[in-house]
Amino acid sequence: MISLRNVDKWYGQFHTLKKCSVDVSRGEVLVICGPSGSGKSTLVKCVNGLESFQAGEIIVDGVSVGALGTDMPKLRARIGMVFQSFELYPHMSVLDNICLAQEKVLNRSRGDAEERARGLLERVGLAEHEKKLPSQLSGGQQQRVAIARALAMDPIAMLFDEPTSALDPEMINEVLEVMVQLAQDGMTMMVVTHEMGFARKVADRVIFMDQGEIVEDADKDAFFTAPSSDRAKTFLSRILAHI
Amino acid sequence: MEYNWDWSILVQEPYLWWLITGTGWTLAVSAAAWCIAVVLGTLIGIARTLPNRFVAGIATAYTELFRNVPLLVQLFLWYFVAPEILPAPMGHWIKRDLPLPEFATAVVGLGLYTAARVSIQVRAGIQSLRRGLAMAGYAQGMTVAQVYRHILLPVAFRVVIPPFTTEFLTVFKNSSLALTIGVLELTAQSGQISEYSFHSFEAFTAATAIYILITMTVAAAMSLVERRLPAVA
Repeated sequence: MISLRNVDKWYGQFHTLKKCSVDVSRGEVLVICGPSGSGKSTLVKCVNGLESFQAGEIIVDGVSVGALGTDMPKLRARIGMVFQSFELYPHMSVLDNICLAQEKVLNRSRGDAEERARGLLERVGLAEHEKKLPSQLSGGQQQRVAIARALAMDPIAMLFDEPTSALDPEMINEVLEVMVQLAQDGMTMMVVTHEMGFARKVADRVIFMDQGEIVEDADKDAFFTAPSSDRAKTFLSRILAHI
Repeated sequence: MEYNWDWSILVQEPYLWWLITGTGWTLAVSAAAWCIAVVLGTLIGIARTLPNRFVAGIATAYTELFRNVPLLVQLFLWYFVAPEILPAPMGHWIKRDLPLPEFATAVVGLGLYTAARVSIQVRAGIQSLRRGLAMAGYAQGMTVAQVYRHILLPVAFRVVIPPFTTEFLTVFKNSSLALTIGVLELTAQSGQISEYSFHSFEAFTAATAIYILITMTVAAAMSLVERRLPAVA
């Protein structure tokens, strides 16, 4: 469903992504890990064209990302994205946050949009909070609203860019639980995260990035038990040392 | 100093009427110029944040041109020079048929000047927002116009309410320069009262009091508006 072929990206002189190739098939959950600055976030933002890339090709559901003649807004509307710092629309209630793009992009009626929004708020456990502003919610609640907002567009895939990195420890699980549920329901997901517990539980595959390169691309079990590269071994031993 | 204070002249005819009409013209010039300034200034402010360099460049040029020429010079240029250098039919129309020529010129001159200042506030307001906010909109499939219309502008306008209030007060006070091209606004009428009655102190004290009363009312109203709106920062 999502296919990256030899994607190269430079920020000026800095080579952010080096010949990155990876495939995600329908219903698959891919976890992307690696040290900060390794290009993980940039990689997922390239998938829906929020970041441009200079060489290579990204195909999402048969459509070439960033190609001449590709209707990027239309493509983006079909890919859900969840950001590290939530990025809820601060001037709108929770309900309006979830309805806005449904109405403006998908041209749903207000009634339909609200019905969908309420169903999703129920699903992420925030049904009583629909009238609140984002600033009145905790970080974990805001991130769950952000997930509901993305799901409201009925996406064919979901991208998560470190969804729990900005959260207090006690709120991480409430967000991960929603994501686990989503994975078990068969959503296609690309997840940048340091939560190895989450990766162990629901990932199908794990890729490890370092300095813009995909160093390791393995099944979950292979990745955790026998990583083939030294850099992945070192990384794993460091972050798993405390568990 | 020998001076015969007589506050009663302020309520005598025709002086009271002059103060009232003067205040009316001051409000009319300010309000009309403010409308031009907000609409145009917002468009230019937005243009300056767009990735298109050509559009952003033109907008920046506008801002720099209009904010760096003294307002009084701009008013004179619009009133005395523009009708002469415009194509003849347009120039004639301005000189012969433009209704309320002094008022119209003052409104246009003041509006275009203030638009440059407003554009700076709008641009700053938009740029003060987290980049991720626009990204969230784009990620949901919104177009550039939709992201501005539904996300960036509503949030940015809340951010710029305090500087906007200041800009309106500036327009309101700058409207006194309209007297130089013949608009009989509050300052002009006070001068006239002073010349006819020789009671300069009373006349200009009245003008001062009216200016302060209106500016403080506006400032109070705007801070009320600001408190009523949800915080976005």
